Amino acid sequence: MSLTAVAMSGGLDSSVTAWLLARQAPEGRSVIGLSMLLWDHSGVEAHGRCCGALDLGDARRVAQQAGIPHYTLRMDEEFRQKVVDPFVEDYLAGRTPSPCVRCNTWIKFDLLLERARRLGAERVATGHYARILDGPEGPELHTAVDAGKDQSYYLFELTQEQLAASDFPLGEMTKRQVREIACEAGLVVAGKGESMEVCFVSGGVREFVEAQVAEHPDRYAEVALAAPSRLVDTGGRELGEGQPFYRYTVGQRRGLGLAAKSPLFVLAIEPEENRVVVGEERELLAPGLSGERLHWSGPAPKDAIEATVKIRSRHPGVAARIRPLEKGKVEIDFAEPQRGVTPGQAAVFYRGTRVLGGCWIQGRL
Amino acid sequence: MAFVYLDNNATTPLHPRAREAMLPWLGETHGNPSSIHRFGQAARNAVEEARERVAALLGARAPEVVFTASGTEANNAVLFHVEAKADRPGHLVITAFEHPSIREAAARLAERGWEVTRVSPGEDGVVPAAKMIDALRPDTRLATLMLANNEVGTLQPVAEVAAACRRRGIPVLCDAVQAVGKIPVDVDDLGVDYLTVGAHKFHGPLGAAALWVRKGVEITSYLVGGGQERRRRAGTENVAALAGFGEAAAAAADELAERRTFLAGLRDRFESELPQRLPGTPGAVLHCTGSPRLPNTSHLAVSGVEGESLLIRLDVAGFAVSTGSACSSGTVEPSKTLLAMGLSREEALSSLRVSFGMMNRPEEVDRFLDALAREVAELRRVMPHSIVEVA
Repeated sequence: MSLTAVAMSGGLDSSVTAWLLARQAPEGRSVIGLSMLLWDHSGVEAHGRCCGALDLGDARRVAQQAGIPHYTLRMDEEFRQKVVDPFVEDYLAGRTPSPCVRCNTWIKFDLLLERARRLGAERVATGHYARILDGPEGPELHTAVDAGKDQSYYLFELTQEQLAASDFPLGEMTKRQVREIACEAGLVVAGKGESMEVCFVSGGVREFVEAQVAEHPDRYAEVALAAPSRLVDTGGRELGEGQPFYRYTVGQRRGLGLAAKSPLFVLAIEPEENRVVVGEERELLAPGLSGERLHWSGPAPKDAIEATVKIRSRHPGVAARIRPLEKGKVEIDFAEPQRGVTPGQAAVFYRGTRVLGGCWIQGRL
Repeated sequence: MAFVYLDNNATTPLHPRAREAMLPWLGETHGNPSSIHRFGQAARNAVEEARERVAALLGARAPEVVFTASGTEANNAVLFHVEAKADRPGHLVITAFEHPSIREAAARLAERGWEVTRVSPGEDGVVPAAKMIDALRPDTRLATLMLANNEVGTLQPVAEVAAACRRRGIPVLCDAVQAVGKIPVDVDDLGVDYLTVGAHKFHGPLGAAALWVRKGVEITSYLVGGGQERRRRAGTENVAALAGFGEAAAAAADELAERRTFLAGLRDRFESELPQRLPGTPGAVLHCTGSPRLPNTSHLAVSGVEGESLLIRLDVAGFAVSTGSACSSGTVEPSKTLLAMGLSREEALSSLRVSFGMMNRPEEVDRFLDALAREVAELRRVMPHSIVEVA
């Protein structure tokens, strides 16, 4: 008997995935639902947050509706190490993190796959909107049919071995179809909305970072909470005192509290100097970016290649030339200057619908 | 494929006699036992008949039995009564592996200034009576000791501790939830003041339990708003569940001798065959086999195998067992009982509880042994260097 594990968050998408797989499982293949207990939301009204306690209850009910057994695996320690701590560290290093990519890379397709194999399941299915297609060099990651819902950006770090063991049944469907299936099946989650926020943050992100630092003085000993930063222009001229640097994001316009002829934007965050560099909108435009931890989905190209690059999840993409350097470093030249090159975000490379790979943004060129 | 249920310490299937006794109250008839009219009179009769039958099973008198909705409620009621009656915070003696309904109630009292001594069991799963007795103080207001442990099934020296407490005038609460219906339980032999029992652990329905309070011993209702249960527990009685409880108690009284033989037979069939089916060093280790224990419970550790993964694999294969107490979030934590017994975190996490019930059949034991051997071998193949858990 072969076994597929469906990752169930209690949200609409993974619930429909579980229901579809349970209905469509061929003879000799069984399906089980797995939920991950990632974060202690106790004390917080946790509905609508990925993997909150109420949502795990919903996952269990949907599993009953689908007629499959469901188990909750505790992974909160690993989630803290792999996702939450780096999230806080990114902010304290002046970067704007992308925790959902890290969660997919380290939790859903690394740890969960490993835990599923322990339970005898050789495949993991999730409710991601992306497609896995067979290619001449093995499985390829492609964008979802529903372009508005495409989540391939968040999956760029998956290895081909992981892709070969994964199923994304929603990749061929539209969100509308998914919701219709949930309604027709009468799934208890059919009316649920989207969970958009960072799942482990219940209030503001900056407040969360400060609370984490305060809670773990051993880990963040040198961090001076709430120390004002210095706002400077690109020439290094001091313009005034600002909020603590970790409260800013590159590209941010509001909340600078500076009077100027034209609107000012955050251009760069320099934690070592406790400085935030601000400037005019045109100064946000960057001709390219430097990246690290370069990952290719499949064999790495030997030379520079042309591809479309998305520098954040909702970026439309820009034609670019990708020049791999040594030790996983990379430089990328845009065909058109781009605004909002944000350290800590992922840059993901596409050719047509296919994800070629990606890297993590260090800074602008 | 028929599923095999081997988790009877969590809850048991309903006895056919209990089901029959409940059915009239789930259809043909109904009534509030407090009503004056004939509907109420019939319901009252059903509740009182149940009370007599539960009392008979415990060697008690009917007026001493207070019905509750759960064993947890009954245990909580005693601790909160003790607190309510004390003019100042005092001292409690409990065991380190009491049910959470006692441990956490004691912890709440501790937050309000009470001192709590938690006496640990030995590796044999038994709390030494002398250790309990040594812990008693002049200001001790209550001692609690379970009769049978829910996880490892060991029996505790309740009578000995209770005798020492009586000499000192200290009331004793005995949580007998896991014992009743499996072994003889007699409140006078035990010599305790409070004893709790739950129907669903011995083939009665969920939602019915009882607190037995010795005649002359006080209990304050911590639910208020009605005079039910002679003012000791407010709230309309769950007539159907209580009718089932009474009948399950009567069935247990009728069958008790056979039950012990039958359950011990299943357990011994499992335990005697286990070493051949899980050979090797380290193989499987059975816990507490040399201690006095329930006839239906086997507790084992499968070295180097994560109990959680084994439990899920067995469930997928159609066999329901447990790794410790069922906990509300549905995840598995190292068992506090096992830690209290001095087992390592790793041993605790590699443990499995198999608890048999009257609906099990010998051939199910054989099928379970096959499945256990197969799944353990698979787990070891998938994770040959199994590290049980990130500490």
